[in-house]
Order: sequence, then C-alpha cells, then structure tokens
Amino acid sequence: MAEYAHPEVLVSTQWVDEHKNDPGIRIVEVDVDTSAYEHGHIPGAIAWNWQTQLCDTVRRDIISKEDFEKLMSESGIEPDTTVILYGDNNNWFAAWAFWQLKIYGHKSVKLMNGGRKKWLSEGRELTKEVPKVPRTNYKAQDPDLSIRAMMQDVYKAMENKSAVLVDVRSPAEFTGEILAPPGLPETCQRGGHIPGAKNIPWGLVCNEDGTFKSADELKKIYAEKGVTEDKPVIAYCRIGERSSHTWFVLKYLLGYKDVRNYDGSWTEWGNMVGVPVER
Amino acid sequence: MRAEGYRERKETVGRWEIRVVSYKVGDEWIATVDNVSPGANIAGASGKTREEAENKALERAKERLAATRTLTV
Repeated sequence: MAEYAHPEVLVSTQWVDEHKNDPGIRIVEVDVDTSAYEHGHIPGAIAWNWQTQLCDTVRRDIISKEDFEKLMSESGIEPDTTVILYGDNNNWFAAWAFWQLKIYGHKSVKLMNGGRKKWLSEGRELTKEVPKVPRTNYKAQDPDLSIRAMMQDVYKAMENKSAVLVDVRSPAEFTGEILAPPGLPETCQRGGHIPGAKNIPWGLVCNEDGTFKSADELKKIYAEKGVTEDKPVIAYCRIGERSSHTWFVLKYLLGYKDVRNYDGSWTEWGNMVGVPVER
Repeated sequence: MRAEGYRERKETVGRWEIRVVSYKVGDEWIATVDNVSPGANIAGASGKTREEAENKALERAKERLAATRTLTV
C-alpha cells in the first residue's frame, strides 16, 4: 500500500492525546458550528471562529497578513510552533485554516485525522476550560498565492483547459438542482457548475470514522475522473472550505504539485453576470 | 469529562437524507443534524436527555430543509 506523499501533515487522535501537553504545540479547534467548542473540546485547545477570525469581515477575502499575525500572536503561536488543527464536519474549516496558514508560510501545521467526530466517538477527554496562552509577536511570511485561484485564473483555466476544475459539491448542487446544500440559505443566483468541471464530492475521500482513505484509494478516486498529478488542478465548492479539504488531499496526501483552492467558489461564479454556466 | 453515548443515525426528511449525532458531555446532551450530502451542519441543540436534544435539533433541521427549493434541470 502506498504511503501518503506527506504523512507528516496528519496526526492521529491517539497521538494528540499523548502529546497534547507537549511544549511547542498549539491545538486549535475550527468548526463549522462555531458553538461546538463551548460544549467541550480537547484539553489545552483554543478555538478560531472561521466567520470572524479567518475571513476579512468587511470585504470578501481571506484574513489579511496583519490580522493573521494578530491571530497567531493572540493564540500564543511562534513561527516554530507546531499547530494541530481539528474540527467538526471531518475538518472542513480546519482544512480552511490549514490552507491559510500555508498561504502565510507557517511551517509546521498538521490536521488531526478524523477531526472532532473521531475524538468524541472514541470517548477521549474533553474540557470546557479555555486555556490562557502567552501572547507572542508573530511575523508572517508574504502570502504564497500559488495555492489560491482567483476568478480570472479559473476563467482562463476553463477557456484554455489549462487546469482540471474539480467541483467538490454534492451532485445536486453540481447539476443546479439546488442552489445550496439542503437546509442552508441560497447564496447564488444561478445553479450549475463551471463548464468542464469534474464533480468529485469532498466526502468521497473520507472513511465512516472521519479519517482519510488510503493513498491508493484516493489516487483511484481522482484518477477515475481524469485528475492526475501531471495536470494543474483547481478545486472549488460553494464558499471555499470544502474545496480547501480537497486541496489538502491532493496537495499533501497525494503530493500533486500544482493545486489551487478557488475560495470565491460558486458564491462568486454563480452570481457573476455573463459567465458561462453548465448544467 | 468525556463524550458518552456517542451515536449516529441516518433518517430521511422529505427527499433529504440527514444524519443525527448525539452524545452526552457532563450533564448535557448535545445533538447535531447534518444533511449527509454534502454533510453540512444544519441544526444543533442541547437538552437534559438525548431525546430532548435530538427532537429540538430535528425540529430546527426540518424547518430549514422545508425551505430548500429544488429546480428542474
């Protein structure tokens, strides 16, 4: 069985349990449901709110370098701290945080395989205590935008077929049958997908317990749809978090060289006037 | 403190499949509901019993699912 290309970016729940008090480690919970942390979290873990701390809250954008430095400083993180991320929904927003930490050049970042769900289902220790962490003076790197796709990049890729577009939403969102995941507010004017995109829902890469499938299984899932390591890939979803999960899989578990996350995703494309849409 | 009684089950509301997760932390039961495909959280609640937490979360989930439009493609 093949190994992941970068096994160092994953840690197990067991590993976190054994190392949660080690110096040089900061455990951060990032959930879709921003109240989940309050109901109990890994002892020593802090929480980041994706709606207010991992986004620019005025214009639609990722966090700025200055705000990133402030977040990392307030989280007691130094450039050589190992950041362990985990969260609900099989690490959707933990992967979103991972992607932004890589944009700003943080070296040691890992996801806890299986996320919050696995920790809970294994009956591991929880606390409601919020730890006090010493403030640091974190300095970020200049943003590495080679892992981010903007609308213009996606448009060119669609026209020139210079990258494979991977739509990681559900089949019903991909076909345009629904404009948002069932039960969530509609955030676009048109349904469908970017012409030429392949539909590979994010959840295909996970086992029932929330952990990632093996490298062989992952490779097969993507290869069957023509997504191979020799081609640049751009992943998108609705707001960019599910696609950061897929970006993580392609970039770090399979080791594809050129993978970008289009965080504008369908809430951008599906609202723009005049862009092509396929159903 | 640990999560006790962790349980997941799937059921169908209208045409939508949902997953109901519930567990107890301390004296509180927590329940969350997601929409399976794609797996987004759509409701959550807490209560003194599993049944109370699940019922509250399910009620909220059903309201939200009822507002989902389907288009002919």
